Amino acid sequence: MMTLGQQFITIGMCVLGTMLTRFLPFLVFSDKKPTPKYIQYLGRALPPAIFAMLVVYCLKDVNVAYGGHGLPELIAISTVVVLHLWKRKMLLSIAVGTALYMLLVQTVF
Amino acid sequence: MRGNKVAALKAAFPHTIPIFAGFWFLGITYGVYMNVSGFSFWYPLIMSITIFGGSLEFLAVSMLLSPFAPLETFLVSLMIQARHLFYGIAMLDKYAGTGLKKLYLIFGMCDESFSINYSAEVPENIDRGWFMFFVTLLNHIYWVSGAALGGLLGSLIEFNTEGLSFVMTAMFVVILLEQLLKERRHYTAAIGLVVSAACLVGFGADSFLLPAMGGILLLLTAFRGPIEKAGDV
Repeated sequence: MMTLGQQFITIGMCVLGTMLTRFLPFLVFSDKKPTPKYIQYLGRALPPAIFAMLVVYCLKDVNVAYGGHGLPELIAISTVVVLHLWKRKMLLSIAVGTALYMLLVQTVF
Repeated sequence: MRGNKVAALKAAFPHTIPIFAGFWFLGITYGVYMNVSGFSFWYPLIMSITIFGGSLEFLAVSMLLSPFAPLETFLVSLMIQARHLFYGIAMLDKYAGTGLKKLYLIFGMCDESFSINYSAEVPENIDRGWFMFFVTLLNHIYWVSGAALGGLLGSLIEFNTEGLSFVMTAMFVVILLEQLLKERRHYTAAIGLVVSAACLVGFGADSFLLPAMGGILLLLTAFRGPIEKAGDV
């Protein structure tokens, strides 16, 4: 069991690691001098790739070999996509998709 | 000025409603997990305020229960949180000129705050800086209150909320979709999707993020010409 001081340092290391990754780009590229063209390009090109990566990240623990074989996720995501293309209402798409997913994992699969 | 802030808060709040659902669910789960692991509610409270990053906070529980290893803890934190580097690069322009608020905007730049602040269409009569500030603050409050509540109530809570965490997946799907609808070609989203999926299969759920980020960076750099030519970015 860690001492209180060791726990404090451990939590501090988590904070330090997190804040370093959040602050570093802003420390390296300041408002005062122009950001390099390559970094500007990355700033524009990265977000769609990041959002795709985050969707995959959310689904990382889905196991296609067990349980629902990823079917509840597939059905719910398809519903979110179709509903959103139809109505373009963010909260509605999210609420219906989540409710459907909960219904599927709690009752069907 | 006061009216400015109230208007920004009112504009920001609806964007954070899905986060409220997701963060209370995940935050309470995290608090309960800390409670049953033998920590008082002060731990989830303080950790959720200072770290404000879900996946690392969950992992920190097992690190706190293991032998003291500060350097390893630091390196693991860097690896898990490395994706924030991408968020920062994408937000350099948007967070510029927000004054002192910028410090808090960067401090609170979790996945969800970044996603909303990057993608939300802020109405013209609303102060952008305050809008982003309140998105970040509201998300922070949801997360901290959920974690503290879970830590206080512990295993007393009975809930059949199985599947509620899907609210986060649904939100990222919608944000990705909105992004796709804005562009003419979808090269970079396709790169993100294919590389992440391939790395997930190749490296497994626990260690795919870093190689995925490396691969995305590599391909975006290699295909910079065609991507810029396509006019999307």
